[in-house]
Amino acid sequence: MSVLIDAITPVLGAEFRRDEGLHPSSIPSCIVSREKFAETAKAMKSVHALLAAEWASDETLFGRGFGIYACYRWGAEYLIIKTEAPFDDPTFPSLTKRFLPAYRFERQIHSLMGVTPAGHPDLRPWIKFEDWPEDAWPLRKSFDASKPMPRVFGEYKFVRAEGEGVYEIPVGPVHAGIIEPGHFRFQAVGEDILNLEERLGYVHKGIEKKFELLSWQEGSRLAGRVSGDTTVAHSLGYCMALETMTGCSVPERAQWLRALFLERERIANHLGDLGAICNDAAFAFMLYQMSRLREIMLRTNHKLFGHRFIMDRIIPGGVAADIDADGKELILKELKKLLKEFNKLVTIYDENSSLEDRVRDTGILIPDKAREICAVGIVARASGLNLDCRMQNPFPPYDRIELNVPVLISGDVHARAWVRVEEVRESIRIIRRILETLPSGEILTEAGIPAPDTSGFSAVEGWRGEIVYWLQAGPNSEINRCMVRDPSSVNWLGLEQAVLGNIVPDFPLCNKSFNQSYSGHDL
Amino acid sequence: MKLYTFVTEFLQLIILIGIAPAFTGWVRMLKCWSQGRTSAGLFQPYRDLDKLFSKDVLLADNATWIFRFTPYLVFGTAVLAGGIIPMLTVDLPIAYAADVIVLVALFAIARFFTALAGMDMGTAFGGMGSSREMTIASLAEPAMLMAIFTVSLASKSTSLSQMVHVIYSGQYVFRPSIAFALIAFILIALAETGRIPVDNPATHLELTMIHEAMILEYSGRHLALIEWAGMMKLFLFVMLGIAVFAPWGIASSGDFIPILSAFFFMLLKLGIIGIGLVLIETGLAKMRIFRMTEFLGSAFLLATLGMLSFFILE
Repeated sequence: MSVLIDAITPVLGAEFRRDEGLHPSSIPSCIVSREKFAETAKAMKSVHALLAAEWASDETLFGRGFGIYACYRWGAEYLIIKTEAPFDDPTFPSLTKRFLPAYRFERQIHSLMGVTPAGHPDLRPWIKFEDWPEDAWPLRKSFDASKPMPRVFGEYKFVRAEGEGVYEIPVGPVHAGIIEPGHFRFQAVGEDILNLEERLGYVHKGIEKKFELLSWQEGSRLAGRVSGDTTVAHSLGYCMALETMTGCSVPERAQWLRALFLERERIANHLGDLGAICNDAAFAFMLYQMSRLREIMLRTNHKLFGHRFIMDRIIPGGVAADIDADGKELILKELKKLLKEFNKLVTIYDENSSLEDRVRDTGILIPDKAREICAVGIVARASGLNLDCRMQNPFPPYDRIELNVPVLISGDVHARAWVRVEEVRESIRIIRRILETLPSGEILTEAGIPAPDTSGFSAVEGWRGEIVYWLQAGPNSEINRCMVRDPSSVNWLGLEQAVLGNIVPDFPLCNKSFNQSYSGHDL
Repeated sequence: MKLYTFVTEFLQLIILIGIAPAFTGWVRMLKCWSQGRTSAGLFQPYRDLDKLFSKDVLLADNATWIFRFTPYLVFGTAVLAGGIIPMLTVDLPIAYAADVIVLVALFAIARFFTALAGMDMGTAFGGMGSSREMTIASLAEPAMLMAIFTVSLASKSTSLSQMVHVIYSGQYVFRPSIAFALIAFILIALAETGRIPVDNPATHLELTMIHEAMILEYSGRHLALIEWAGMMKLFLFVMLGIAVFAPWGIASSGDFIPILSAFFFMLLKLGIIGIGLVLIETGLAKMRIFRMTEFLGSAFLLATLGMLSFFILE
């Protein structure tokens, strides 16, 4: 039996109610009363489950109030627990005391949906800005997104540290380099970091609201633009969630092609990251060489699939780009060359003692902390958590590919870099395996339209980590809610923890080793 | 044909101001090649300076005279330092009036005002850069004096022209103390001119900057002057190293032909030193900032060892 279901059964007893609308049916879900919501979290904590996501949905169109959902993960299992809050009393018990990532999920729910987590320690707005009116809740159905927002006076109070020699360094949101905007507030004594507070939301584009205005087909295009560098994984996550709702079975060839795109995206991004990490330690040689290798990948992508980042090539029901024998040949040749040069560069990285001095023991995220913030992806695997959706919740074709995912326990910058190195090699192996076994046949089928009041869930391992999508169909089979949880939503918390006790000039290196998405977080 | 000393002095300053950007361009060019890139060419620094000079100066409301005055002072001290170091000839009028201690003091004045200007606006980065710069200065300046003193023991003078004279006069033998001083000098020069592994002149990461953090608020001609002075400082340290450790080629009189040949020797040496610098910068990552104390501490130690070995072996 399932560990998670076993854990909540004693808490709920006879109250246990399955949520029939959710697809895929392999993922258990249940509806509990508000009083039991926090208790189920306690039960989840007792079996060491992790919180994957928490979100709210405005269900007034169904004649209900708000639905608040918490998604837990334990190894391969997922469990979604829902509770409902009536429209005139929009509150629910906070989970923050049990699960740290709920801290930001709930602030987000509070700011954007206007549902208050009771007992939450910090209800400053998150993502929403302080100069928005307090009762502007953009994710509510009653909110008109076409009207300009009236501006009011507001102030965001940062955490303060006091004492002799303590000073503040505000960094951003506009940075000297060409990177996304985010504000970092350091409290430091000399060069030692006492505290780091992140302030994100500068690239809030209203993506979740925008989904609700689109058709199901158009949705995959928008999903591909949630975070530009993860376009493949995001559109895959969206399409998989939609396909589980409509019961569409994707042709086998399309599934393997999707995996091919996903792994190519992973390699390209890891190459870029490895170079960028070294560049932040002023080892520019690596940046240019890695960028060169990345460029080779991107150009091949453009040549074979018509887009450098393979954007919009994964669509509901299949894929929009195929590969022929020549293309296979080209990829194999490219990978052979790539692997050879990559190994040479890794040797340089590994044997340069001045570089090693910078990356080792810098920005350590200890495994306990990683577990506490429910980290995912590269960050989790560098801190001893063996989490990978490709392995634990294998979506096809990964159920037929043996994976050898690297896990390190040191949790420092080097560990996060080294996980990437090993993953590049592993992905090259996977791509070769995909090209070997790529079945013939159709690449696209009709995706269909979901039935009213159903929801779909998917978890995909993008290059940063697990991406979660949750879709809900409204009364007229339109998109009622699309919840996107990029790995950045939880991993940004890890950065705050990892830099504690480090020195200020090491922050860029720590930050680059996390390399979380601002856009994917702010939505 | 003998040139008047003020003419040679003037020639030196022209060369300093004119060629320093080209040397920086040369280093950048080599760096590009070593990383497998196409370079922007030898003359890119001139274009950069030209661009900055044609831009407006943007001043913060609370900028004081210190902020506006510093670029001119930094540029001025760099030019003055160029009058002391024998680049083409030892026959320099200012060189008799000022020795190497004055040179170190000139750099210290420029640094002091840059640090003040960094704090002038009250921005976090400026203050941070100033504090880091002064940390380095407090370690680098004594080590620098120590290294130069070790060399001057042999020539029994702190005047640079006199040092070169002594080397030329044949009383000079290669001593272990010189080798110690040379290594110490290289370490200090890397720190003083803000090169990798101490500082990264090409970084855009505000939090890791040292020198760049102090001058973050500068723009337009102010920034151009500071950048230019920075290039001159790199050039001067190379020239200082040449004068103290490998002066061969520098004219010992004010005659025209030796000065002309000295000029070509100088270009040759610059080219070679550029290659050495790039090898260091490409092969090393930047140090953690607190490694700096060990780095400069070892420079000081080496210089001291050099001095001790001089007395033991003499």
